Amino acid sequence: MKARITVTLKNGVLDPQGKAIEHALSGLGFDGVGQVRQGKVFDIELTGTDKARAEADLKAMCDKLLANTVIENYAVEIA
Amino acid sequence: MKSAVVLLPGLNRDRDMIAALTKISGQPPATVWQTDTEIPDVDLIAIPGGFSFGDYLRCGAIAARMPVMRAVAEQAAKGVMVIGVCNGFQILVEAGLLPGALMRNSSLKFVCRQVKLEIANANTMFTRRYQPGQVIRSPVAHHDGNYFADPETLARLEGEGQVVFRYADGTNPNGSINDIAGIINDKGNVLGLMPHPENLIEAAHGGNDGRALFESALGIAA
Repeated sequence: MKARITVTLKNGVLDPQGKAIEHALSGLGFDGVGQVRQGKVFDIELTGTDKARAEADLKAMCDKLLANTVIENYAVEIA
Repeated sequence: MKSAVVLLPGLNRDRDMIAALTKISGQPPATVWQTDTEIPDVDLIAIPGGFSFGDYLRCGAIAARMPVMRAVAEQAAKGVMVIGVCNGFQILVEAGLLPGALMRNSSLKFVCRQVKLEIANANTMFTRRYQPGQVIRSPVAHHDGNYFADPETLARLEGEGQVVFRYADGTNPNGSINDIAGIINDKGNVLGLMPHPENLIEAAHGGNDGRALFESALGIAA
């Protein structure tokens, strides 16, 4: 089983890296770029076959390590 | 007063911390490694600065999940003093021993310079040898010192005197909210700060503004 976890900054948390990217895109001549927010993607291979268990495990992984829930949200997708 | 220093791969200020504690307390601190599950009986545990685990994932994130940090949490719960400097501060927030988070500097640049710090609370175990409102100098060297907390947490920290150090005179090097440079937990025994007081403790450093912090914690007369 393959899973993808996406970690993004919560609304209201300043993202200086996203801001810098936003400015760089404008500098390259891309008009109409609004706010840019940078996040992280984790592709995780799982050996089990139980989807419900995998989802519970992946959420626990996010809460315990992959995301800092003070500043970040996460989303779990299982392929 | 006895102290211990936590060692983790990728820290690089551990020798500075050991030297400062040795010089100020008169005896070398015990050292504990990341896999240790017990910490000797000490009054103060110090987590030095550096780049534990290469700052992978998030600064301090991996270190905060090492066995030694469970032992630090147990000691902290018993009332033992804990100080985390720079990466040590990042590790303490990642471990949940201090609230909030430390984010990338607003300038996106690594900053290595001297700043001014206001003693925002001189009534702590770590700052009692300073005067309230006193402004001291301290070196900083970090890329991720931009302190953030949600509005309720921030209001609580400010209301309860848990903001202990604040960047003064416009020297905030990282964009931290309310110019916060260091905070303490609600019990008053766990302190985290981005600046490096251990690097300003004797004349050879160009000053000793950081010395009183260790003298306060170690109960040594000035």
